Amino acid sequence: MANRVLQAWNGEAVGAAEVPVLPVDEFQQIVADILTAGGRVSSYFGREDGDRTLVTAVLADDAQGRLAVLSTRVGASWTSLSAECPSLQAFEREIFEQFGVRPEGHPWLKPLRFEPPLVPGVDPWGRVAQPSTIPGNYPFFRVDGEEVHEVAVGPVHAGVIEPGHFRFQCHGEHVFHLEIVLGYQHRGVERLLVGGPDRRTVGLIESLAGDTSVGNAISYSNAVEAVSGAHIPARASVLRGIALELERLANHVGDLGMLAGDVGFLPTASYCGALRADFLNSLAEICGNRFGRGLVVPGGVRFDLDPGAAGRLADKVQKAWEQVDGATGLFFESPSVRNRLDGTGVVSRETCMALGLVGPAARACGVSRDVRRDHATGVFRFLHVPTVTGETGDVYARAWVRRLEAERSADFVVRQLRSLPSGPVRAPCPPPLPDRLVVSLTEGWRGELCHVVTTGHDGRFTRYKLVDPSFHNWIGLSLAMRGEQISDFPLCNKSFNLSYCGHDL
Amino acid sequence: MDGIPGIFQFRSRFGGQTVAYPEGPASFPERFRGLPLLDASKGDGGRAAEEVCPTGAVVDPGTPRLAIDLGRCTFCGLCEEASPGAVAFTRDYRLAARSRNELVVKGEAPLLARALDEKARALFGRSLRLRQVSAAGCNGCEAELNAAGNIQFDMSRFGVAFVASPRHADGLVVSGPVSENMREALLETWEATPAPRLVIAVGACACSGGIFRDSPVQSNGMPGVPEIPVDLWIAGCPPHPITFIDGVLRLLGRVEKDELRLAGTGILLPSAET
Repeated sequence: MANRVLQAWNGEAVGAAEVPVLPVDEFQQIVADILTAGGRVSSYFGREDGDRTLVTAVLADDAQGRLAVLSTRVGASWTSLSAECPSLQAFEREIFEQFGVRPEGHPWLKPLRFEPPLVPGVDPWGRVAQPSTIPGNYPFFRVDGEEVHEVAVGPVHAGVIEPGHFRFQCHGEHVFHLEIVLGYQHRGVERLLVGGPDRRTVGLIESLAGDTSVGNAISYSNAVEAVSGAHIPARASVLRGIALELERLANHVGDLGMLAGDVGFLPTASYCGALRADFLNSLAEICGNRFGRGLVVPGGVRFDLDPGAAGRLADKVQKAWEQVDGATGLFFESPSVRNRLDGTGVVSRETCMALGLVGPAARACGVSRDVRRDHATGVFRFLHVPTVTGETGDVYARAWVRRLEAERSADFVVRQLRSLPSGPVRAPCPPPLPDRLVVSLTEGWRGELCHVVTTGHDGRFTRYKLVDPSFHNWIGLSLAMRGEQISDFPLCNKSFNLSYCGHDL
Repeated sequence: MDGIPGIFQFRSRFGGQTVAYPEGPASFPERFRGLPLLDASKGDGGRAAEEVCPTGAVVDPGTPRLAIDLGRCTFCGLCEEASPGAVAFTRDYRLAARSRNELVVKGEAPLLARALDEKARALFGRSLRLRQVSAAGCNGCEAELNAAGNIQFDMSRFGVAFVASPRHADGLVVSGPVSENMREALLETWEATPAPRLVIAVGACACSGGIFRDSPVQSNGMPGVPEIPVDLWIAGCPPHPITFIDGVLRLLGRVEKDELRLAGTGILLPSAET
């Protein structure tokens, strides 16, 4: 198999021509073999190639820290692998929606994000014009029977959150099935990134998912540095790691507060809401923006910390963490809380493996995968953050894993702030080299952020393929709700807290 | 200590959390970028700033009319690096205006939103319930709007709160560039909100499309949705919770003074606030 796939590593550019282009059946055989043998799909995307579509697969071998990259050319249709490899279900729908390649036999071939096709021609879904409302034009899976009813939620929700539509098939409180329709947030980001890098690129990357600005900016910068042959100073690398873990802390702590709010445990909800700000403000101390925007750029970081500021920041993070420890301790020790979290919204380890879930949602099922350890780049090559796993796959496990991860992140941030390497924080980053391909993975707080970048003859981006962790994980939420009570949906939803715009791009 | 006594014990150690603003000063980190101050006579007059700006927010560089359109600005600060002297960001967090044009600023005067007329203030001044619609907002604005309601910024102490249904709302808060796929849902939410109603556009995306401007699958924000009139425009990417609250309180005539009070720099920890 070694000659038929390209072995690549995270953040290391290869010649675009080195990726083998295989016949369709051979390509599909290798993909199915790797995925059914415990491999994982990181990215699986199309590119326009004359009247055909060039499909490239990036399959992760987490144990070896390797990535297998292989391509094929397909015409108007191919055989769907989704029934055998469910982790491909959304990817095959995406390739159909963007390029019109019909996956024959796909178990649920439905619109993914209602984006206009990336190639001119007939709309794959046979629509004459853009539909006026999405849910109304969507053929939902329906359960029929006496007293079976549907519940429709969204796109505009009760809380201050992004839009998505949830359609439940219920019998009383019991949920048979949840179908999630997304696409409302589609802004056309992948199209806007083609032809870059330009002055808008970093801003677009930081707004892919506003709560993951640092994570995506790191993935982007790693990719650009790889295709440019640039190396960043050690101090910049450590500052990036600190920012990434502060982002994780802010989101984990904030979400633990939201979970507490969803079960009516208000002390933790209130405290965590305020404590989250301490981590956001720590990012603002570094770069002026609470979400870390403007900090990470190709070549390093734009802002440095003087020794006094770094020490003060370490003290503040340490103090904030001690308060989080107390505030979340109240939550996890309360029997009424445990009663709501334990056994709710279970995802089994087998389901997790089959769906290719990532991040804390996967680790809560006992599946130990973490880009910081498995495909380490930057500071994580030599400074490790221990990986945390749960075992029960329920809301409790997802909450507890995030509580433990936050503790490891706080420890990392405090230690690194107290021992920052000296030197500059930015190095020159030359323009990207022509005809390169790079896969850049970063462990964002939701899981793996995968950026695959290809450059053309002029060194400009010809394709910028993004896979947010939410792209893998939304189906996990659907399955977690099966057999649950509909009143537990907000709790299950928050325990995943997936990104709508990260999915919709 | 377990149970209720443990909760009370933690509460007493945790202390009060609510920020001193508006009675006291507002605290912002030293590097916070607020209202920019422009001076075309210094440096290159903003020419390099215009070249690096990711959203085309620099207006008339190299002329005395040099200004920044805060409706487009993401406050990334690249212009300040490129054209030192000509562009300098202050920490003035007051970044809201009643009309879109007022967001084009030179920075010589503070940007303060005018209050509603007396009749509207009588209706909304003591209780304002808002429905938030994220129309392709990236969750940056949404996260800061949520934060505006937490115990630290505690917007509800002014009678301002988010509600679950447009039927219960006095107005809408819109974030995002308004994607094509959200346009109809936004219009329906607007129609479901009983008049009289206010509309607040939050963030660079809702004011202009922001970083997504001119993407064919969105509307360049609320200016691209003429069916819905906007009463208050708030700049930022995303706007800080205090920027949002200050804009709303000025709209309601609840904050009128124009002196800027900023506390010493430092992280917003409870001890630093009170």
